Amino acid sequence: MAKVFIPAQMRKLCGGQDVAVLDGTTVGELIEGLGRRFPGVSALLVEAGDLRPSIAVSVDGEIATGGLLERVGPNSEVHFIPAIGGG
Amino acid sequence: MAKTRIEATINGEPVEFLCEPRQSLLEVLRDVLNLTGTKEGCLTGDCGACSVILNGRLVCSCLVLGLEVAGATVETVEGLAAGTELVPLQQAFLQQAALQCGICTPGFLVAAKALLDSNPNPSETEIRYALAGNLCRCTGYDKIVRAVMDAAALMRQGQGRASSPMQGREA
Amino acid sequence: MATVTNTSNGTYKVVGTRPLRPDGVDKVTGRAKYGADYSLPGMLHGKVLRSPHAHARIKAINVEKALKLAGVKAIVTGRDLPEGENKSVPLGEMSVNPRHLGHNILARDKVLYQGHAVAAVAAVTPYIAEQALELIEVEYEVLPPVMTVDEAMASTAPILDPELRNEELGDQPTNIAKHTQLKRGDIEAGFKSAEIVIEREFRTAMVHQGYIEPHNALATYGSDGRGTIYCSTQGPFEVRGMSAAVLGISPGSIKVVPAEIGGGFGGKTTVYLEPLALLLAMKTGRPVKMVMTRAEVLRASGPTSGSHIKVKMGCTRQGTITAAHVWLAYEAGAFPGSPVAAAAMTVLAPYAIPNVLIDAYDVLVNRPKTAAYRAPGATNAAFAAESVVDELAERCGLDPLDFRILNGSHEGTPHPAGPPYKRIGFIETCEAIKNSAHYKSPLKGANRGRGVASGFWFNAGMQSVAMVHVHADGTASVVTGSPDIGGSRASCAMIAAEVLGVDVDQVRPMVTDTDAIGHTDVTGGSRVTFATGMAVFQAAEDVVRQLKERAAKLFECKPDEVEFRAGTFAAKSNPSTSITIKDLAKRLPRTGGPVTGRAAVNARGVGPAFATACIDVEVDPETGKVEILRCTIAQDAGKAIHPSYVEGQMQGGTAQGVGWALNEEYVYDSQGRLLNSGLLDYRMPTCPDLPMMEPIIVEVPNPGHPLGVRGVGEVSIVPPPAAIANAIYRAVGIRMTELPMSPPRLLKAILARRAEDRTSPAAAARA
Ligand code: FES
Ligand code: FES
Repeated sequence: MAKVFIPAQMRKLCGGQDVAVLDGTTVGELIEGLGRRFPGVSALLVEAGDLRPSIAVSVDGEIATGGLLERVGPNSEVHFIPAIGGG
Repeated sequence: MAKTRIEATINGEPVEFLCEPRQSLLEVLRDVLNLTGTKEGCLTGDCGACSVILNGRLVCSCLVLGLEVAGATVETVEGLAAGTELVPLQQAFLQQAALQCGICTPGFLVAAKALLDSNPNPSETEIRYALAGNLCRCTGYDKIVRAVMDAAALMRQGQGRASSPMQGREA
Repeated sequence: MATVTNTSNGTYKVVGTRPLRPDGVDKVTGRAKYGADYSLPGMLHGKVLRSPHAHARIKAINVEKALKLAGVKAIVTGRDLPEGENKSVPLGEMSVNPRHLGHNILARDKVLYQGHAVAAVAAVTPYIAEQALELIEVEYEVLPPVMTVDEAMASTAPILDPELRNEELGDQPTNIAKHTQLKRGDIEAGFKSAEIVIEREFRTAMVHQGYIEPHNALATYGSDGRGTIYCSTQGPFEVRGMSAAVLGISPGSIKVVPAEIGGGFGGKTTVYLEPLALLLAMKTGRPVKMVMTRAEVLRASGPTSGSHIKVKMGCTRQGTITAAHVWLAYEAGAFPGSPVAAAAMTVLAPYAIPNVLIDAYDVLVNRPKTAAYRAPGATNAAFAAESVVDELAERCGLDPLDFRILNGSHEGTPHPAGPPYKRIGFIETCEAIKNSAHYKSPLKGANRGRGVASGFWFNAGMQSVAMVHVHADGTASVVTGSPDIGGSRASCAMIAAEVLGVDVDQVRPMVTDTDAIGHTDVTGGSRVTFATGMAVFQAAEDVVRQLKERAAKLFECKPDEVEFRAGTFAAKSNPSTSITIKDLAKRLPRTGGPVTGRAAVNARGVGPAFATACIDVEVDPETGKVEILRCTIAQDAGKAIHPSYVEGQMQGGTAQGVGWALNEEYVYDSQGRLLNSGLLDYRMPTCPDLPMMEPIIVEVPNPGHPLGVRGVGEVSIVPPPAAIANAIYRAVGIRMTELPMSPPRLLKAILARRAEDRTSPAAAARA
């Protein structure tokens, strides 16, 4: 089961919870699971079949490049963080 | 607008060109003579990217009118090297990694040449003040100052030419 | 040369050495061609009409008279651009809103800052184009300008974009484009367990990247429906994508040819002139060249945000930070997109703090749309946080570096945004400063002080493509799509040479256009030596793999029986049969033809960068002028491929940080008109303003990169403003909370302190 850390501004949709433990083999599956448990959350993360452009996902401490298709392991830790640009 | 025919010596070569009264020397060099090594950064005399040596004096070519160079000698970055051989200043800039983007480099080379022509052994402070009219946003100046010190030392040791082979220069 | 580094090139032959850069000769002889150096036959010149008002409705634009001027070939206004979609789409380094981008290129219904483009003219000479601008009649309805985040966030503020909504306010018009919040632990409990709590408020001015080369573009458009743009940009593929989005044409119909670029620092990751030049070329069928003046650069190209920041931080008496609350409001400029989210993610990144609350607001104001600037968002935020950290350290009686080391993030520490760090080198940068000759030296004299501060930047991965071609003489060329601003061709050539086991002068690097290479993201985010370098590394390995196959044919063995070492191939079974790359290159035609290595990456394994600066200042108490006496900066490069250019990045970033700290600022009048749109009044550091800058390259290899590279372009700009503020405090006892700490501002603080000392005996005793 992967550990999904819920961003501060989505916690009110998740009963104040900041972590959810979910089944899934990809980031997309985890988000679906999160959305089933907490309606409305997945729409904040996903748009038109992809991660929202303003959001980046970190799997096990590394920014993932695979978006919703990124593989996650059974003990993975997943964070959603603001996407940012450099100079 | 009526153009005037101007004769001048640029990088040791006699040059003739037609110039509008409003055209700056920088525009003449870049747009009329295709000497694009001299750069434009501000057009107000504040960045030094357009530095050239006019009758032996360092000037911002954006502040000089094309008409003013009638009969004058002008030295630009293109005239520094003798054929394929780099002068010590150019060598030192490369060796010290004194350029990053390189847009300021022609201006710095020309300004540094003007300094070393008159003062072959400048102190760090003298170098910094002599280059005060040239802005570099990439390097923080450290490696530029070191390059000028190195070039001065090289030239004092007589390695390489003391100056570029410009002709007809007035003091 | 007294440059201090502790780089070692260990087992490497090329990496870690300091060869001359491959593009150097062109740049010291004036031969290198920058964007403005290109011309084409039949070329027209384009100029832009810009708004004199900071905020106004455009009621009518009449171009009739201007069009009649002899030599004018075309005029375009906002109505000539298709209305883009009002939503974020992934494009470029960050997402882009096509409507906002288009409206910034040419205003449509409203102008939102002084200098906002309203119309563009193409004419046979630049002078005629300028004259035509004066003949264009624009009728404005002037609106009150909103110049600061405080004004803009007030409930009574005039609204810049009536369509703008944010998720929290529902259907209420607002100037707040976005609120980002990061939260960990229990902030109240954290402050309860603190024994020392400091709360301070800071303001920083809008500043410009200040590249010496103004924006430029030269575009052609053919009857085959294909356009070409020559320009100086950090991101040719972004120019292509953004220009296509603004013009409503397909990106594939545009080729972007990156010229040499005269500095960018983030400011050349977007478009201004490029779509206009192309649009005018489409209208006229002739090449159109456009170059900004310096005033246009300052008025209308991306500066970075001014900001209002509040920091509250608490620690135990022993110095352990227990809680931090940070509130940040950043000027986005005329359209959403300040780097405030990055500020939120960087502001506390150097420290392991269990209880954190960060609120960040992206706020529209009637100023130019901000663009990225070197570690975007981080410098303002670090000025605030690192000033408070300094104060906490002082209150605990701890050396400021020891305080940082005590609280410093390390491998496993969760970043404030959540994920734990991999191997990082923050503490190592503090230790490098602590052990430096500079920090160990005494600083004597009146009005002198020494300050330290640290900074964090993420660095970036993203997409890069590289090709390595082997030539018949055994030399190789390395082709990438990453414009080289500060020596990345050198590092790419060195990486290829290292893998191929040849001398670096046997490798020629080049940057090519968008038709000739696969998608490559911007030169930005400190990513080129990391990500493009990774692609080059892999492409060179691909060459080695193919050459092994060729050698196997000659040795009559299997490819995996061929060994490759130091540029020479040998059969394992028979080491006497060996062949160098140079000789093997001659045999390529008869062993299968040319060899080209390729690699395309969406790079993972980004390693963040930290830097710590130590700066000595002397304050002139009569004028408020601050002189930088000595400056040392330690930065974790992971691995320095070419140490001279790593040092260059560190020194250059530090110099920009010094300018930000002491002089640079956008000064507006009450009508929102910029008062200092030239380089005389927008005061960047000059050569006599700075001392030599001592770089200490720290190398904590990034486990995510084959050579340990992290990326070095950005983080050095982050610490200086706070380090200088902390030094000023030690020099004259005043904590400055506003940037820039310019002479008038500091003098005012000094005089206020004197007046206070005269009237208050307690203060006098303290002094
Ligand atoms: S262009 Fe002449 S001084 Fe800047
Ligand atoms: S090297 Fe870029 S401005 Fe000097």
